[in-house]
Amino acid sequence: MSAAGPALGITSVSKSFATPEGGEVHALDDVSLDIADGSFMVLLGPSGCGKTTLLRCIAGLESPDSGEIRLRGERIDDVPVWKRRVNTVFQSYALFPHMTVAQNIAFGLQMDKVAKADVDRRVGEALEMVRLVGLGSRKPSQLSGGQQQRVALARALAKDPEVLLLDEPLSALDLKLRRGMQTELKRLQRETSITFVLVTHDQGEAMAMGDQVAVFDSGRIVQLGAPEEVYLRPRTAFVADFIGEANLLKASRIGSGLEIIGMGLVADSALANPEAPESGDVTVAIRPENVVLVENDGGPGYVTDVTFVGGDIHVDVELGENRLTVRIPSHGARPPHLGARVTPEFLPESLRIMAAS
Amino acid sequence: MTIDQEVAPPPVPTPARDVPKRAGQGSWWAGMPGLAFLVIMVLGPMILILIYSFLSRAKFGVGVKWTFDTSPYLDLFFRESLLGGRSFDPTYLEIILNSFWYSLITTIVCIVLSIPVAIWMATRPERIRTLLVFAVTIPFWTSLLIRTYAFIIILNDNGPINGTLQWMHLISSPIGMLYTPYATVIGLVYAFLPFMILPIYASAERFDFRLAEAAYDLGANRWTVMRRIVMPSIRPGLIAGTLLVFVPALGSFLAPELLGGGKTSMIANVIASQFGASRNWPLGAALSVLLLVITMLVLVGFAAVARRTAKQSGRVDWESML
Repeated sequence: MSAAGPALGITSVSKSFATPEGGEVHALDDVSLDIADGSFMVLLGPSGCGKTTLLRCIAGLESPDSGEIRLRGERIDDVPVWKRRVNTVFQSYALFPHMTVAQNIAFGLQMDKVAKADVDRRVGEALEMVRLVGLGSRKPSQLSGGQQQRVALARALAKDPEVLLLDEPLSALDLKLRRGMQTELKRLQRETSITFVLVTHDQGEAMAMGDQVAVFDSGRIVQLGAPEEVYLRPRTAFVADFIGEANLLKASRIGSGLEIIGMGLVADSALANPEAPESGDVTVAIRPENVVLVENDGGPGYVTDVTFVGGDIHVDVELGENRLTVRIPSHGARPPHLGARVTPEFLPESLRIMAAS
Repeated sequence: MTIDQEVAPPPVPTPARDVPKRAGQGSWWAGMPGLAFLVIMVLGPMILILIYSFLSRAKFGVGVKWTFDTSPYLDLFFRESLLGGRSFDPTYLEIILNSFWYSLITTIVCIVLSIPVAIWMATRPERIRTLLVFAVTIPFWTSLLIRTYAFIIILNDNGPINGTLQWMHLISSPIGMLYTPYATVIGLVYAFLPFMILPIYASAERFDFRLAEAAYDLGANRWTVMRRIVMPSIRPGLIAGTLLVFVPALGSFLAPELLGGGKTSMIANVIASQFGASRNWPLGAALSVLLLVITMLVLVGFAAVARRTAKQSGRVDWESML
């Protein structure tokens, strides 16, 4: 095992599919990504963005049209699925219905020709790891969804893979169970120090679990970074909008100043992305929680909607061509009335300037 | 004697008095005509044959003499010599064994041919699947008799197979295929193949192919995936298909008669000849009873296997309840 170098190296991987209509879809378009050993990488994006295709290429269930996939420096993209030291937790769990829980977990070990006594011991350890001791003799159909999920996890982890791939593993669970499993997955990843690669379309899940998040859009990685980084410094309007909520406002840069349509000139110290144009039309992103509304009769905006959503109140403000949603805590100050004139206030640092969308 | 052996229908569960009526269930008397037909037309001939098998042979030809006699059953196993003593004669047992053997080979060939076809069919897109199922049933459009006659032409010394092989200079003189045991088995496989493909397909269609992906992912090669993941899942279809092929093949008449040329008789041909040329109805009836008993034993054996399978796969469906 080499100490240096990533656990997984993905270089310029592309993959297209033919559509039934005779067209072609670029599921992966020249994707490169290094995944550090022992890290928790989340591939995040809307459905059809290519994240699952990349996972299946790593697993060997799809073969890329071009590019290289290396596991600890060795090329694996022409190695058959069953010989890759990589295991998958499937979205559907894909537990073998005719086998017991223990037999399901033992299956992968038997494929590695592990001795019988060792198989039994490792099945026991795997069950302990996912807290299912005593359920080894049940059939998958006799388990709840959450338990089945744990069996799928135990089955993949029992093989002690170099990399564990998780394809939307929590999407079939209800909200409470999902929260619990997020913590559980984090714990398992820390304890085993196996490299985890998790695919999800749920940005909250990505934030909660990933050491690194790769945001996918239309077969490309549009941003890669730590969750805070991606959340606080989105590089494109797509990322800003997809990760958390963001107001995307039309604006233009004039000299060193920034003019947001409907609000006039604001301070020039706003954070600009490297890709943002130096002048002309731009898009400005600001999070709903970073805006404070001050009621005054001469304010540029007026309130079009006030919605109570539990812990927060969402206030919609019209600013000329722009629309702004502001989130204020419901236990705090009284929200403005419908139709009130308001002035939005914010710290210039909370603005992100990016190419016009 | 029917051309195709009839299989006793499964017992109809009697509704308990306190079971509430379900919507769409219909009235109790609606099922009566069908039930009466089944009882009279299925049980009737069976009882008649059972009675005939204990009667004596009519002196000249057709029918029976109404005196109780166990000699038809003795004749199954013993030969009566001219002096009146009986000695063991395995002729009929051999024919039964032969029938078993042919049915077994037919079933095995059908299984081997059907599994890849059924799995291939099940993995096609839905629209094509429907077309393929339709295509499998095309042979049923014509009578089996006519189709079996067609095989006489195909397997003939001057038929297309021998013709092609000779034209390609692979053989110098025709291979005698017709009127051999091979021709019988070819005819049987041809007749029963759809009955194997369809139930296996029905099971394979419900198979979740993501399970195969999971098995590959866990390190299984193609053969292991087939043996340990796919096969257990299509086993109910395999059992149903085996039942639908083996049992009727055991009592088949046409293929051995027309293609085997009488040289390779199966039990149905012997029974037919007892009712026909040999004019020995009681012996024919006794042979029929023997075949029925053997068939029932096979069914019981299958039921045991099917129940075990149902328990293993953790589900109960119509095939595994057979």
